[in-house]
Amino acid sequence: MIALIPLFPLLGFAINASMGRRLPKAVSGGLASLVMVASFVVSVMVVWQIADLAPTQRVIEQTLYTWITSGDFKIDLTLRVDPLASVMILVITGIGSLIHIYSTAYMHEEVDREFARYFSYLNLFAFFMLVLVLGASFLVLFVGWEGVGLCSYLLIGFWFEKRSAADAGKKAFVVNRIGDYAFILGTLLLFVRFGTLDFQRIASATAPLAPESMFGTLSVATLLLFIGATGKSAQIPLYVWLPDAMEGPTPVSALIHAATMVTAGVYMIGRNAVLFSHAPETMMVVATIGAATALFAGTIGLVQNDIKRVLAYSTVSQLGYMFLAMGVGAFGAGIFHLYTHAFFKACLFLGSGAVIHALHGEQDVRNMGGLKAALPTTYWTFLIASLAIAGVPGLAGFFSKDEILFETFAHGHTILWTIGILTSLLTATYMFRLVFLTFHGTRRHDAPAPQHPEEEEPTAHGAPSHTAASDAPSHDSHVAPSHHLHDAPAAMAFALVVLAIGSVFAGYIGIPGALGGHNALGSWLEPSFTARSVTTLADAQVAEPGEASGTGEAGGEVNSGVELPLMLVSSVVAIAGIALAAFIWLKRREIADKAAATFPGLYRLLLNKYYVDEIYDATVVQPIRIVSQEGLWRGIDVNIIDGAVNGTASIVDGSSSLLRRLQSGSVRTYAGSLFIGVVLILGYYLWR
Amino acid sequence: MIPLGHYLVVSAILFAIGTAGVFLRRNLITILLSIEIMLNAVNLTFVAFGRAQGNVDGQIITFFVMTVAAAEAAVGLAIVIALFRHRESLNPDAFTSLKW
Amino acid sequence: MSETILFYLFSVVAILASALVIGQRNPMYSIMLLIASFGALAALYIQLDAPFVAMAQIIVYAGAIMVLFLFVVMLLNAPQEDAAVWDRTHPLRRPGVARFGALLAGLLIVQLVWALVRVNDASTAVNARGDVAAISSVRTVGRVLFTDYMFAFEATSILILVAMVGAVVLAARETAS
Repeated sequence: MIALIPLFPLLGFAINASMGRRLPKAVSGGLASLVMVASFVVSVMVVWQIADLAPTQRVIEQTLYTWITSGDFKIDLTLRVDPLASVMILVITGIGSLIHIYSTAYMHEEVDREFARYFSYLNLFAFFMLVLVLGASFLVLFVGWEGVGLCSYLLIGFWFEKRSAADAGKKAFVVNRIGDYAFILGTLLLFVRFGTLDFQRIASATAPLAPESMFGTLSVATLLLFIGATGKSAQIPLYVWLPDAMEGPTPVSALIHAATMVTAGVYMIGRNAVLFSHAPETMMVVATIGAATALFAGTIGLVQNDIKRVLAYSTVSQLGYMFLAMGVGAFGAGIFHLYTHAFFKACLFLGSGAVIHALHGEQDVRNMGGLKAALPTTYWTFLIASLAIAGVPGLAGFFSKDEILFETFAHGHTILWTIGILTSLLTATYMFRLVFLTFHGTRRHDAPAPQHPEEEEPTAHGAPSHTAASDAPSHDSHVAPSHHLHDAPAAMAFALVVLAIGSVFAGYIGIPGALGGHNALGSWLEPSFTARSVTTLADAQVAEPGEASGTGEAGGEVNSGVELPLMLVSSVVAIAGIALAAFIWLKRREIADKAAATFPGLYRLLLNKYYVDEIYDATVVQPIRIVSQEGLWRGIDVNIIDGAVNGTASIVDGSSSLLRRLQSGSVRTYAGSLFIGVVLILGYYLWR
Repeated sequence: MIPLGHYLVVSAILFAIGTAGVFLRRNLITILLSIEIMLNAVNLTFVAFGRAQGNVDGQIITFFVMTVAAAEAAVGLAIVIALFRHRESLNPDAFTSLKW
Repeated sequence: MSETILFYLFSVVAILASALVIGQRNPMYSIMLLIASFGALAALYIQLDAPFVAMAQIIVYAGAIMVLFLFVVMLLNAPQEDAAVWDRTHPLRRPGVARFGALLAGLLIVQLVWALVRVNDASTAVNARGDVAAISSVRTVGRVLFTDYMFAFEATSILILVAMVGAVVLAARETAS
């Protein structure tokens, strides 16, 4: 039955890919959404099933067949559901279904064929993502890992006739590949060390060991795995593909680049919690990079003008939080934030999609404003999701983010905690900057764009135009007359509302002990982060705080004295951020412009994303290109290899043109050569 | 009592004459005739040597040479006729179509 | 004594006639001169106690082959080569080639002379050995031919057959159909 969970989307993919062009849009879209809902239903049933089991026994698995046998090496295609996987599949199928439904309305302008192609890719993505989280061994996970990378490429470059979209797809794939390379090396190292790639067997083998003090095998392997995670989950240094990935359709951004694929790295670390816990050096690296990325992306998001890009950098920043959590050992907190983030980030993206849809492709916030009255559903859901991400108490984001910050502080990483708080402030500020610029104030979307010469790249438009010339921003040509604004159609509104409700209530399953809750999610997830020993029956203890994980509950009981003040601090910070944003962008916009004018260098630096793309291009891409083009291509391929082949031909040509002069056509010459031969032979015999 | 050497000298001279004729003449018929001269010189050599050894082997070989010469003359002349029909010329330099 | 005189006489005739053969412009004259040369050679054969060969020479060579040549020459009615025109354009007249040819010819002569010198019994009389009566009898020739050289005989007969067919095919006029 577990196999049905990924198989439904696969079926949807198969049908849409093969027959999609002949199906009307309603059928292909409806079918795609239906298989996702079916998958969701089966997921719920499976989770119900494992909920019946004792807490430490909550695993069911299904082995489909033996995939590889080679000598001693044996890999089965096994799917395994445990508490961690249960959370993931519910998120993927649940939010996935909503986004599929949303897409039926959003992608409505496409022709039948493109519509079906979109949904086939989306279903394929769901399949691979489910394989990723359900896989019981590194190899099965990797199949999913690569598969979602492929689907990400396909979907980012969905409007492939647009040059920027095609490039963005390629960039995503190539950067991911770099991470995957490290991932494979890590996997191989683990195989060499443990002789198996099954997660539980590795965990069982690692648990009795002492944590490594220096850089040993485990540290190296986990570090390599983490590098792979930075690629997939857009952390420093491999995050550069995510902002460009906004070239894809907005539902794609919501599903893949907010809720699911980018969380694969976080999931992977959670899945290998035991392994990572035994490599404290790597954990420090993870936490540091997570925090740094969070701050870094937050600063960039503060000044971006494309609504989707702000959200993209926000995603990078929130992923940083998740990695921070994983890095300090709070695996449950990280997954908790993953889960709540999926709700509000998806809601934000879908909301921005509704705005873009209403404004017929406009994505620059400088051209928006005053939409609050015209798009009420969109506005309210967007606002709720923004409050959630800012960490306002009572909504989902507050609980998850606060738990991360608390755990960080409790494990003694004060500097990282400070960075986290700072990023919180930034998060609230830039999110509400976005809200105020988009929905409040005067309507600006008929006016031409103000002059912004510092920007190096104009904001992109996601309009599905199939002409290649539409790269330049043409703010006036295709924006509809302002009085035609319509709010989100039914399908889109439905998804928005459900997600907004989730943004409010989803966090309640993780209310920490300090506030009187039981942290149900934490205790649910806990067994996934410890090693179940294969032979002994685990006792029915609920909280087993071994070497592996720290949960909010255990921490809460001990340090509730610290937790409440910290909660207060983060709440104050969130509200301060909102107030700051309200002050500047609601009341006195000119402050922002003056600040930009006062610090032009800094402003430009942030606007151009710290020039990281340009640095990568100069240091990595161009040297490779030059070596390949000049050295390998011109030098070796053209000169040496082609030269050898052509040289052989020209040698034959030259020698034959010499030899052909023998063929003079004159019989007497032939007779003459006969004569020469006679003389020679005669001479030879006379000599002897 | 004529020494063997005398006959061989005669034969050599005839052979040289024949060779010269093959290379210097530009008439196909004459070239064929020169070849006949060479063959005859060879015949003379064979007979002389055969006589010097005291058996008839030299004469026998001469028969075969003669036969072959006859066959070769026949075929060669047939070729000359065919060539002549093409080019109306008996000059070997006129037939250089197989030139590179 | 008379033997020697006859030998010199016939040798001179043969050589002179051959030299004239290659010097004639009219192929008809060449053929006639060649017949004369063959006749002299036949006489030399008789001197070498090979009467049968001499007769075969006259009958086959002078009688059949030369007549064939004559037929062909008269059939073709070929124009005589124009020495002057060809002289000017002939590639072999180029100094390099001519010198090379002369060199080769000289080389050949040297080789021939050398070969002659190395012949062992060059100075012994040619008819020193052997029974004249046996050597010169047709019976002996026939017996040796049809026993020791049987295979060569048969092969040669096939050769003649092939040549005959080939000659007919090569010289046949292309039919209009």
